[in-house]
Amino acid sequence: MSESIISIRNVTKTFGAVRAVNDVSIDIQANEFFALLGPSGCGKTTLLRMIAGFTNPSAGQILIDGQDMVAVPPNKRPVNMVFQSYAVFPHMSVEQNVAYGLQVVGTPAAEISTRVANALERVGLDELRTRMPGQLSGGQRQRVALARALVKQPKVLLLDEPLSALDAKLREQMQFELSQLQQDVGVTFIIVTHDQDEALSMADRIAVMQDGNVDQIAEPGALYEKPANRFVADFIGKVNLFDGEVSGTQAGKLTVETAVLGKVHLTHDGEAQHQVCLAIRPEKIRISKTKPDVEGHITTRGRITDWAYYGDCSHMFVETENATQSGAVRLGVVIQNDTRDAVDALDIGDDVHLFWSPDDMLVLND
Amino acid sequence: MFWFLAAPGTFWLVVFFLAPLAIVWALSFGEQTSLVDTEITGTLENYVRAVGTPVYLQIIWKSLWISAIATFLCLVVAYPVAFLISFVRGRWKMLLLVAVILPFWINLLIRTYALLAVFRTRGFVNFGFEWIYNTLWLDTIFGRFQPLELLYNNFSVTAGLVYVFMPFMVLPLYASIERLDKSYLEASLDLGASQTRTFFRITVPLTMPGIVSGIILVFIPMLGAFLIPDLLGGTNAQMIGNVIERQFKAANDYPFGAALSFLLMYATFGALALRAFMAGRKSGMEI
Amino acid sequence: MGVFKRASQGPLDYHRRLWLRLYVGLTFLAIYAPIITLIIFSFNDSRRNIVWRGFTTKYYWKAWNNDSLFEAFVNSLTIASVSTIVSTILGTMVALLLWRFRFPLKSAYEGLMALPIVVPEICMGVAMLAFFSRVTGFPTGWIWPFNLSAITAAHIAFSFPFVAIVVRSRLAGFNRELEEASKDLGASEWQTFWKVIFPFMKPGVIAGALLAFTLSLDDFVVTFFTSGPDTLTFPVKVYSMVRFSVTPEVNAASTVLVAITIIVTIIAMRFQSPEKMARG
Repeated sequence: MSESIISIRNVTKTFGAVRAVNDVSIDIQANEFFALLGPSGCGKTTLLRMIAGFTNPSAGQILIDGQDMVAVPPNKRPVNMVFQSYAVFPHMSVEQNVAYGLQVVGTPAAEISTRVANALERVGLDELRTRMPGQLSGGQRQRVALARALVKQPKVLLLDEPLSALDAKLREQMQFELSQLQQDVGVTFIIVTHDQDEALSMADRIAVMQDGNVDQIAEPGALYEKPANRFVADFIGKVNLFDGEVSGTQAGKLTVETAVLGKVHLTHDGEAQHQVCLAIRPEKIRISKTKPDVEGHITTRGRITDWAYYGDCSHMFVETENATQSGAVRLGVVIQNDTRDAVDALDIGDDVHLFWSPDDMLVLND
Repeated sequence: MFWFLAAPGTFWLVVFFLAPLAIVWALSFGEQTSLVDTEITGTLENYVRAVGTPVYLQIIWKSLWISAIATFLCLVVAYPVAFLISFVRGRWKMLLLVAVILPFWINLLIRTYALLAVFRTRGFVNFGFEWIYNTLWLDTIFGRFQPLELLYNNFSVTAGLVYVFMPFMVLPLYASIERLDKSYLEASLDLGASQTRTFFRITVPLTMPGIVSGIILVFIPMLGAFLIPDLLGGTNAQMIGNVIERQFKAANDYPFGAALSFLLMYATFGALALRAFMAGRKSGMEI
Repeated sequence: MGVFKRASQGPLDYHRRLWLRLYVGLTFLAIYAPIITLIIFSFNDSRRNIVWRGFTTKYYWKAWNNDSLFEAFVNSLTIASVSTIVSTILGTMVALLLWRFRFPLKSAYEGLMALPIVVPEICMGVAMLAFFSRVTGFPTGWIWPFNLSAITAAHIAFSFPFVAIVVRSRLAGFNRELEEASKDLGASEWQTFWKVIFPFMKPGVIAGALLAFTLSLDDFVVTFFTSGPDTLTFPVKVYSMVRFSVTPEVNAASTVLVAITIIVTIIAMRFQSPEKMARG
């Protein structure tokens, strides 16, 4: 019906009264690097385990390469998995681990040895062939798990939080290597992660999940710049949010009444509920000690209360003057330290003006 | 503080355990000089007699064989039980574990006696067989049901040993299956292995420490069993335990009984050393 | 379309497999059927028959009025009680020793302590027989309950190492920082022990005591070899009765002993989960 390598159709999974996955439909194309992103307990791992066959959907269908997988046990599915704990068999050497999946399906010995050698070379473990897993580092064990899955030449490789057990430096390196590997072998990768940086840097497309639902499926850039709702905007990157009420609409123009910013005029093509939420990313806010001379910008005033220096940039919080009943509003602002004296230009306690273009502002429904 | 804590326990162990064992050990190198006196002469005669006399050698062999077969049967029966318990969650897991452990606390004599009542010619097993026999109308063809002689043979002793020691096998197996990271099984299935292959190539090797512990835990007491062969085996199916008992009671030949008893001790130490060795080798492999 | 062949079980849901459930069910049936029939037929109003002839408690009265059986029962309970008290104290002290101190040859000492647990019962039994027959005059001919002291001493010898193991495994879960915090707040060594460490180890001590009690009640082999001609204990009495025939009277007496041990065990389970016991 479609060219998707994996087609998830209206899949629901309930554990007792809990809906872990709620009517999810996703199509994943061949050779795509796809990420399932969400906080823990959002149902992303359950979804992955249903693709692998360790859990059966309560309702709905999963097609792999056009074939219904519902009654197919995991050992008969053309997908392979890299486990979060790697699950490298501790009683087998590196070589035996990689050969295992070929042996159990009766691959001829000669073919096994060439394929195993190739797979180990690909992940850079050919020197450690005879080592036992107990003698390997975490990163090396992960490579064994990768080689072991890839040697099966699966249609889809599933990766369950593959980088979570590695330290920060190794994680960054492996992110790069995994993308490289995916392009080399030309296999569809589906990765489950709770780390947005991982998803944004590696994936072609990302599905953001929350409470068993898919909130948005989009490319990384679109996810950041055009989040579908408040949850996605908040989950991916940092964001300042303002609740407001729509007071007027006409021809793609929207007037929103907010407590902090007053009346805001924005262009918005699409639906808007009466109650909306306006969002602005911290790096899109400009800051100035003097009143800026700009037309059509949204402006507000405040005082810097917190300051964190990160070298390349600085993060700060600005408490706005027009506080609401519930207290002052703190806005996060990021400035690039693009000159050496930028760090001295502003300090805690300074009164500042904030301003940004209404085009950088998003209208979000809840 | 150290001596306050150390002294009482050590004293008790030395006086009421190590000293008695030392006496038996010394006796095993002794000679019976009269009806009541024994002299420790350092002779190896008793050991030679134990392994050199065909009658005794035969009983030693038979004890080893029966214990080995019963141990194997225990393993076969206990593994699925342990396996199921470790996959069950919640209340049921607790209940099943209690059900496994409970027979431990029932007097060995009572359990053996219960089995006696089930196996005798007018017992429930024969009763059940007769009922099936008569229901199938076999009595009209072959005549009246002849009760099977289930007691006082090697079968009844083996069955008794399996019955009594099976729970000892379940616990170490359960502990090691429970500890087994289930993602190894998922990984094996994921790589294309069938359930059966996964069981024999992943589950069994990875729970080997539990299997070895279980085997040693039941094999040693089986080898030294006295009550079970005594009540269920009678004179036809004796084991070393019965011979030892006879030397210390009816025959009053302490040195020979002591030698037999210490052969059992040496076997025990051998088995424990083997387990320690295996554990030492395994630990290098664990992650 | 997929609905018709939907597998309700996951590949690792072994506990849902019918054949495995049946197998385990039959195993439990085999374990419990003999004991349960023993209990049921202690209420059967028939001496020899295995056919149900109506409910009666007369064999309980018979067992109760059987003087030597009653005496044996009281003796066994006495032995178990004394053995429990002494082995709980000894075992707890050994557990504290092994938990608190490092000393040369510690692992050898631990091995020796575990020896009573691993040595075949018959070896221990004959050792006790040889030992007490050599220590002349002890305790044969002493007045009750001191004529039971040989058996009691033997029971303590194989019970207190078990208590030590149970208490020590409880202590292994103790966070040493609690002790340091107590001292930091000004408590003395002695106060720290009674107010911080002991309350923590108490469930282990109680579980160990109950274990010692059941171990003593359950023992046959060691008691059989240690008991002299004038000391009658329950297992030895039942043994001599069983050798002649299977009688409802023995069933009744056994049922009482089973009931006692099961009650004690259930209390013990409240103090220590069986999972922990399985892991030792």
